Amino acid sequence: MNFKTLKSFFLLALFALLLAGCNFSGSSEEDSDDTDDSNQTNETGTDSAQVLNLIEDDNIATLDVMQANDAISNNVLSNTFEGLYSLDENSEVVLTGASEHDISEDGLTHTFTLRDNVWSNGDPVTANDYEFAWKRTFRETGFYAYQFVNAKILNAESISKGETSPDELGVKAIDDKTLVVTLADVNPILPDLLLFSPFFPVNQAFVESQGENYGLEFDQVVYNGPFILTDWKHDQGWTYKKNPDYWGSDSVKLEEINVSVVKEESTTINLYDTKKVDRVELSSASVDSYKDDPNFNVENRGTLGFLRFNHNNEFLKNENIRRAIDMAWDKEGLTNVILNNGSAPSYFLVPESATSSPAGKNFRETNGDFTGTFDEAKEFFNKGLEEIGTDSIELSILAADATDSRAIAEYFKSQVEVNLPGLSIEISVQPFQRRLELEKAIDYDISISTYVPLNTDPISYLEMFVTKGNFNRMDYSNPQYDELVLKAKGEIDLEKRYEYMLEAEKILFDDAAIGPMYQGAVSVIQQPYVKGFVSHPALPEYGYRWITIEGK
Amino acid sequence: MGRYILTRLAYMATALFIIISLTFLLMQLLPGTPYSNADELTDTQIQQLNQKYGLDKPLAIQYAKYIGNLLQGDLGDSYKYEGRSVNQIIGERIGPSALIGMQGLIIGTIIGLILGVISAIRHNTIFDYGAVFLAVLGMSIPSFVFAALLQYYIGVKLGWLPPALWDGYQNTILPSIALSVLVMATVARYIRTEMLEVLGYDYVITAKAKGISSSAVIIKHVVRNSLIPVLTMMAPLVVSIITGTLVIEKIFAVPGIGEQFTNSILINDYSVIMGITLFYSVIFIAVIFIVDLLYGVLDPRIRLDGGVKQ
Repeated sequence: MNFKTLKSFFLLALFALLLAGCNFSGSSEEDSDDTDDSNQTNETGTDSAQVLNLIEDDNIATLDVMQANDAISNNVLSNTFEGLYSLDENSEVVLTGASEHDISEDGLTHTFTLRDNVWSNGDPVTANDYEFAWKRTFRETGFYAYQFVNAKILNAESISKGETSPDELGVKAIDDKTLVVTLADVNPILPDLLLFSPFFPVNQAFVESQGENYGLEFDQVVYNGPFILTDWKHDQGWTYKKNPDYWGSDSVKLEEINVSVVKEESTTINLYDTKKVDRVELSSASVDSYKDDPNFNVENRGTLGFLRFNHNNEFLKNENIRRAIDMAWDKEGLTNVILNNGSAPSYFLVPESATSSPAGKNFRETNGDFTGTFDEAKEFFNKGLEEIGTDSIELSILAADATDSRAIAEYFKSQVEVNLPGLSIEISVQPFQRRLELEKAIDYDISISTYVPLNTDPISYLEMFVTKGNFNRMDYSNPQYDELVLKAKGEIDLEKRYEYMLEAEKILFDDAAIGPMYQGAVSVIQQPYVKGFVSHPALPEYGYRWITIEGK
Repeated sequence: MGRYILTRLAYMATALFIIISLTFLLMQLLPGTPYSNADELTDTQIQQLNQKYGLDKPLAIQYAKYIGNLLQGDLGDSYKYEGRSVNQIIGERIGPSALIGMQGLIIGTIIGLILGVISAIRHNTIFDYGAVFLAVLGMSIPSFVFAALLQYYIGVKLGWLPPALWDGYQNTILPSIALSVLVMATVARYIRTEMLEVLGYDYVITAKAKGISSSAVIIKHVVRNSLIPVLTMMAPLVVSIITGTLVIEKIFAVPGIGEQFTNSILINDYSVIMGITLFYSVIFIAVIFIVDLLYGVLDPRIRLDGGVKQ
């Protein structure tokens, strides 16, 4: 008897403890929102509550600008911080944190005049906050700061090798409002590179007061962007509120954004259908059932799917074989049937979403497609076989263990084996990490790869394939190509620079160096009352500051 | 009894040590690095990062260091979530898992008991067939199918309960029900089989002959004696359900630990893999221990330390 009462008491206590420890995101909070809403409706009549509900598929990895290297953290930081430049609603690069940007005649000294803005703790944002933040990245994570090397900031390279002290970095606060950035070499796309979180300022006094805890929780950070984080439940979600102290806050209408972490796609759709969330990304499996929904939309991304050819392979060494393989399959079928997520076929390296030249020259319209017919493919293939002196070749294709990659590999195999008699393809499916290792070690024949550029300037695609480049990973090397890319990176005459880049892409395809597959896109459904949601083709993924909720 | 407990504790510690060592070694076989942006990093940068985290040191030194920290109760920091400790991650995520697990267990056991008892007493009647049918259904249909059906019909179509997320108590109900199905089916089947056997024992017939009311016979004699095999197979079930189930947590977007465990293996978050494995092992071993002790309570014939006393 005694035992029984004890047992039930124990269970009850355990249960109560669990409930108490479970830390729900508080219905009291929701209640207060409701009262806010009703107040608003009373004051302004028919206005909808300016609250947006979103989903992400993973947690925020960090809130520290210098540590962020994933898309989600970068997106959160880009909406809660503000650097010298940001993307506007048309995904154009515009000055925001600074009001003026003067460039010296030699193109090396950049003087920024900062806009009046304050941190969310009331401190003014000063030029020193930038200088401190940039040098801090080197001091704390040295080697991690490759973006500063890309941006060609003076001494960035030697500091990351450990040869120079971080204090020597080419950034200096002249006074509270003037920041001088010195470059090692001219950089025509400096503004595009300044969009990323390591270039954001941080409040020196606050960072130092937090010590090791800086950035670990939402309240251990101060913000200077259009939104601030007011809650962050790890692995569960986070909440943004409009930042009333932000210099441009008058134009921000959205009051609150609630983000929930949901990883299962069918769940996200069920939440959308019950209006618990306002926007959901669809995978190819569910695109068909929403294709005709008026709220369905396809958003283009700068992502590129392509085949890497191992240029050391005894068969793939041959240019004709590579060209034949690239031409011998139907890429439209790939995007429409296999991927079915809005992606478009690609017969080139630089996708349609890439930026045009200042004079309006469009990359794709100028360079066109690099492709041919199946018959031509067969001709190239036979020519290649002759040159090698064989009548059949066997190659393997490396795919990551993911639905999309596997499907691409099977589709590729079924097509090229039919269109190129004498070619047989073996599919090698590897876990994601293993695939990456094999690709970096150039231990494959053909590899299914994707590239997510940091910005949409054509150079960010072209620089992948320079000799020994970090993203080359197939031992492609053409000195002419290297030279054109190098020239494009240091040419201030932007039209001339564009010519170099157009030329470089032609060389890449003269060599049939890669086999392009598709330009990425995402299919989304979004509630009709959400207006002004901005998706950028590269990073950061989204801009929230132009959103309004109308007629909910 | 005291000596028995002490010996068992020593065995438990040894088992844990072996588990830690094996996991540590096996983890080294995982391909890749724990860095989420490994795709962008050059080899030099990866080397520098390895240096920073001590992953460039010989395995023996890494192992010694890990054990050293472990003895001080420190499970290390996550590689993915900069600055967050594994202790903190487990602490935050075990709550939701344990809550829906406990609820699922309680619901499942109660319904399972009722179904099992009814079908045993009304053996070979329509009640029996009905209960057996339910149990077979519950055993054979995977819980994620129930989860998806519950979410769609109760969450979306009827709108009675939230389809997912973790905002309040009502969010725990659907995942708990989804989890309870397997428990219900297992308990019902074991209880039924066991009770049918016990019902034929002499002491039951004696009890009936003594004129004890049939409900008292069932509860005091039959059910209690049928519980021992149920208890044996409940132990692993309890552990697996309370420590979080990947699929149910994913479907209902519960911020639980099962999902975290799988994810950490996929991204090579070494310290999190180690920490959660260790945590699971401790719970598992502890539950088996408790079950062994409970045998004695349920069946006085079972004596743990040889049964010479009394």
